[in-house]
Amino acid sequence: MASSTTGVKVSGKKPAGDQAETPSRGRAPSPAGPGGGGRFQGSLRDAATAAFVAGVLGFFFIGLRTDIAPGGLDIKARWTAWIVSILVVFAGRLALNLFVFKAERPVTLGLGAQLSSVGETLPGLSKWLVRLLLVFALVLPFFLMTVFPSKQRQFIDLAILIMTYIMLGWGLNIVVGLAGLLDLGYVAFYAVGAYSFALLSQYFDFGFWMALPLAGLLAAFWGIILGFPVLRLRGDYLAIVTLAFGEIIRIVLLNWYQFTNGPDGISGIPKPTLFGLEFSRGEDGFAAFFGLEYAPIHRFIYLYYIILALALITNVVTIRLRKLPIGRAWEALREDEIACRSLGINTRNTKLTAFAIGAMFGGFAGSFFATRQGFISPESFTFIESAMILAIVVLGGLGSQIGVVIASVAMIGGIEMLRNLGFLTQIFGPGFDPVQYRMLIFGLAMVLIMVWKPRGLVSTREPTAVLKEKKLIGADAVAQGEGH
Amino acid sequence: MEYFVQQLINGLTLGSIYGLIAIGYTMVYGIIGMINFAHGDIFMIGAFISLAVFLLLTSVLGFAFLPVVLLIVLIVAMLFTSAWGWTVERLAYRPLRGSFRLAPLITAIGMSIVLQNFVQITQGARVKPLPPQIRGGITVMQGSTEAGTIVVQLSYMQMIIIVTTLVLMTAFTLLIARTSLGRAQRACEQDRKMAALLGVNVDRTISLTFVMGAALAAVAGLMFLLLYGVIDFYIGFLAGVKAFTAAVLGGIGSLPGAMLGGLLIGLIEVFWSGYFTVEYKDVAAFSILAIVLIFLPSGLLGKPEVEKV
Repeated sequence: MASSTTGVKVSGKKPAGDQAETPSRGRAPSPAGPGGGGRFQGSLRDAATAAFVAGVLGFFFIGLRTDIAPGGLDIKARWTAWIVSILVVFAGRLALNLFVFKAERPVTLGLGAQLSSVGETLPGLSKWLVRLLLVFALVLPFFLMTVFPSKQRQFIDLAILIMTYIMLGWGLNIVVGLAGLLDLGYVAFYAVGAYSFALLSQYFDFGFWMALPLAGLLAAFWGIILGFPVLRLRGDYLAIVTLAFGEIIRIVLLNWYQFTNGPDGISGIPKPTLFGLEFSRGEDGFAAFFGLEYAPIHRFIYLYYIILALALITNVVTIRLRKLPIGRAWEALREDEIACRSLGINTRNTKLTAFAIGAMFGGFAGSFFATRQGFISPESFTFIESAMILAIVVLGGLGSQIGVVIASVAMIGGIEMLRNLGFLTQIFGPGFDPVQYRMLIFGLAMVLIMVWKPRGLVSTREPTAVLKEKKLIGADAVAQGEGH
Repeated sequence: MEYFVQQLINGLTLGSIYGLIAIGYTMVYGIIGMINFAHGDIFMIGAFISLAVFLLLTSVLGFAFLPVVLLIVLIVAMLFTSAWGWTVERLAYRPLRGSFRLAPLITAIGMSIVLQNFVQITQGARVKPLPPQIRGGITVMQGSTEAGTIVVQLSYMQMIIIVTTLVLMTAFTLLIARTSLGRAQRACEQDRKMAALLGVNVDRTISLTFVMGAALAAVAGLMFLLLYGVIDFYIGFLAGVKAFTAAVLGGIGSLPGAMLGGLLIGLIEVFWSGYFTVEYKDVAAFSILAIVLIFLPSGLLGKPEVEKV
């Protein structure tokens, strides 16, 4: 990309060779230096390049469309859409150039600084912030019921979904964030947990609370099974084997029809009970026992508290484990495996425990998922789920517990918000269906956030081992491999 | 025996397509050490562009002579898909160069989601069938069993795929080994900072690597379209995972390894579906990968990573 300053630099270095080019560049090398017209021209040229690229890329996709027609395929032209897309790219790039990339004072200048200053004042604040968040999470269902009585069910459902992803993110954080083992198949353990409960309830009539520990154990067992072959692998070899493992589990669930009911899935999974009390309308139901009026919302509130408790257990266990020898060993392993081995740390057991504990929490979450949905099928456990959980962990800031919360709320909440874009239909006409743009926007947001903050949204880390006082490790130090 | 030979031919054909995609993974991994997760979707983009160009030429412009049509489709698809590969690198990976390891992986997954949904929105979610264009073949051998005679056929399509792959492989091996671009690539692979100090334009070399990978993926896309005749926006994921598996199996970073891995994965898949069950062919391919990696942690032809303390 030609930047605005190139013209000036080149003309300074090579006065002879640049003579021929100078007139065409207009007033670029004016003595006033890199400002004014030169910047505008550079931006214009850059935007034109971007528009050209967009035109090339869009030609076969926006400009033309193949459709199934009687007697084979048919190709149609949509030149208006194509030209509009080019113009949009041109205008967008020009605006970005003028106000952000090449501006002397980018409009986003203050934004980054403000955010990082929030991060720096965090140590004093963070304690209170975390407590505040906790209290908020505890009263959330009642808050939602009083503020949005008409949409309470929808919002509590969303809160449950977000909380599930927070728990999954915290579970994966043990494997990826603490032990540094890149796992692209985390959803496999989620699936194992969900199917364990579903099958136990189907074949042996197990209830949720009976099946929950078993599901966790089974998932941990599968974590160890996955862990063994990958002990010697590192980095991206590990990534592909874990991905393959996730796919294997899904394919087996899909094809073992007699046992798992294949693509039809398992339905009629029992709901959780409160010490034997069912959330049903009837004599022995929860509402009747406590003398309340029956309302279906009770069950959602109960589900919310179950997942909140499970997530908090995950968090507390992780925080405590980080202070135990095993947690220290994980973090040491992440930083340098060879140093670990020479210090006498048993890397095999360290890796296996990380896989097993991470998988166990995945299994708990899976069990919860099964009981919440009442129906599961292999379709819920595709690679995109693994990618989503990994994205939450990395976007939040690897190894940061609060980062996972922020990223889950932003991403899962954001996706759900995108479902409610119905008003756009009124602007763009009835043929425009905004819901299908949901994943496109989601993917773009993933790319943009990562490019903007490569270390994640919370880029500072709290050290686990401290000498006298806790000091936050800044983003620059984290970038050099310290802390995280 | 005849059945075996037929499966062998089918496996080699499928393996060639995987190999072509795997080269893109392995070259990118070799030079910047990241998994380009969006590469499978670049392959899908290549298949869609091929389809559009083919339809433009045959039904709108009315060309009828197939070899010329296919040649034009091939060239146009390679050019336009390369533009996609270049753009993806420019937007999602270059800003993160020198950042920590997982950041480009996440943008790659994001890009993959973007590409899939972009194609789904602009081209529709339904599959696009293309009737077989190249028919016929030659009979390699004939044998009789109790069930009747078995004819082993090598179709012209399969011949074209295998020959094209061989030609491209040779060309690319020569390109890496002999030309100055190849030298620059190998230099960047060994030590990017030192290469930059010695006057290699690292950014340009990396961009060209993506362009080359995308061009090969476009060829694979065209082959896939002609061989199977059915494409949709989702074909990139599975093909990408398989091709990446192939690259890892052969030893990631090694060009012959990618081709070997691709052929092996293709053969495993075809033989497993031929002799056992179709449903579990992916499980077989992935299991072989895991088993190979247990004994050879850096793949079949990969160089073991020498770690200095």
